[in-house]
Amino acid sequence: MTITAERPDTATRIAPARRKPRRRFPVQPVAAILVAVLVLGVPFWLVIATAAKDQAEALNPDLSPPSEWRLFDNFAQVFEDGRMVAGFFGSLLVMVPAVVGVLILGSMAAWILGRRGGRLTAAIYALGISGIVLPPAVVTIVLLLRQLGLAGTALGMIGVYMGMYLSTVIFFVTGFVRTIPHELEEAARVDGAGPVRTFIRVILPLLRPVLATATILICLYIWNDVFYALFVIGGRLDTLPLNLYQVASAGLYLQNWHLIFAYIILMSLPLLITFVVAQRRIISGITSGAVK
Amino acid sequence: MLAKGKAGPRRQDHPLWFLIPALAVLVVFFLVPTVFNFVYAFTDWSSFKSAINFAGVDNFTSLFSNGTLVNALKVTLVYAVLVAIFQNAFGLGLALLFEKDTRVNRAVRVAFFVPVIMSALAVGYIFQALLKPDGALNGIIGWFTGTEVSIPWLGSTTWTIVVVAIVHAWKWMGLSMLIYLAGLKTISEDVLEAARLDGAGRWTMFRSIRFPLLAPAVTFNVATALLGSMNGFDIVQATTEGGPGGTTELLNIFIFRTFGQGLFAQATTMSLVLFLLVTILAFPVIRFLRKREDVL
Repeated sequence: MTITAERPDTATRIAPARRKPRRRFPVQPVAAILVAVLVLGVPFWLVIATAAKDQAEALNPDLSPPSEWRLFDNFAQVFEDGRMVAGFFGSLLVMVPAVVGVLILGSMAAWILGRRGGRLTAAIYALGISGIVLPPAVVTIVLLLRQLGLAGTALGMIGVYMGMYLSTVIFFVTGFVRTIPHELEEAARVDGAGPVRTFIRVILPLLRPVLATATILICLYIWNDVFYALFVIGGRLDTLPLNLYQVASAGLYLQNWHLIFAYIILMSLPLLITFVVAQRRIISGITSGAVK
Repeated sequence: MLAKGKAGPRRQDHPLWFLIPALAVLVVFFLVPTVFNFVYAFTDWSSFKSAINFAGVDNFTSLFSNGTLVNALKVTLVYAVLVAIFQNAFGLGLALLFEKDTRVNRAVRVAFFVPVIMSALAVGYIFQALLKPDGALNGIIGWFTGTEVSIPWLGSTTWTIVVVAIVHAWKWMGLSMLIYLAGLKTISEDVLEAARLDGAGRWTMFRSIRFPLLAPAVTFNVATALLGSMNGFDIVQATTEGGPGGTTELLNIFIFRTFGQGLFAQATTMSLVLFLLVTILAFPVIRFLRKREDVL
């Protein structure tokens, strides 16, 4: 095929579209909305409608609207019975130190790993990022925490989360450090700054975007984690997912779908609000890490 | 390189002690438990006695002979493969559907990300309610067909694992969609234009140009879906708790259940099996997918 043979073809193909500004049925937007309503709307409506019913009506959760909206009464009830406040602060108590910890320790290590060469560094880097793929040994962690006297404590949980997510930080940040020009560090060094000052004044501020991405991912995992929490602190410290698990699996609550769903709404709100406020940053942060 | 050598970074500018805090945490909370895994899987550690004795491969032989080991391995693998297929099919489908940057599409994309930020446990409970025999899904189907439908979605020993895998994919498809959207954006307009000039239709264009160029996104999505579902727990626990008849009992469900029964050594053994499974599978899978990228 030659170019000359192609030209008239494209010309005719573009032309009709220009000639006829005829309104076509908007297939794509309608399909998009239809898919969203079916795939997302149905489950979400089920949650909201059921969370607003009373116990008798919610016994068999269906899509019918509640005869009387009592969403906030149910919120108030799970707030009390589900130990929401304790769960919320328990979740914060383990999440915040764990995230701050992995960010600081992870970027310290990543700075060195990104800058130094050699076999030792490569080996440490391999160990450092292996946790991204390898699952933590959840049973023996409990044994170890017992031996350390940390079983069932917030400190133990923080340590376990740090051990799990340091790899993520080291992986993201080491890649990022390699893109930072050496000259920026040297300027600080010439001014007489030692490694600690160089790290705090020069490197850490530059890491902001990559640390933001890591923070989002790790917060998402820790805030929603129930598996590791069940092993490490189950029953001894409240977190929101642990309390949901207890509310939902307790025999007393087995038939109380309205309370379970009210709990789910309240529990999802903090992340949901954060997401709505910062959605653009969150989405670009997550996708930038994946497709290079 | 040579010119830089003089003023270039010296070793003491990046002192090794910066590694120590991170290494300490990794060793204590990751490496040591993993090493313990290899030790305690060969003991009779349980909550029923205080002493821990060496027991050889007893745990492995008993788990193997009563069929739980093979069953949990099989279920975990089938589940992982199903999740990887569904999550990627849904994610790619959504990405293609919402590809154009219109206002509707942008809003819908954000909506599809909401399940990603929700707790997996919560998603499991929502679908447990939705999939009950007298639940909402059967209600909808019944409304369309005009008959009473009461399919036990979570009660089939054959199909429930597929249903639960679809629920897992539902939760994470928004993430795959975003990755695919980002991948589609990286394909240069020139390439697409050239194909269009060659008379490629939409399907040819997708099959022979856009999909192959999405290889990095496929790598990431398949690898994360496989890893995520092999470590799965929350959604299965909230929907079926491993049932019916153990047909959805993932390794992690088994570990949690036996741990709760005080059979610590058996739980450790399964934890070791999971560790080995991921080690054996993850690296070849990632290497294979990476190789496919290189070919292009």
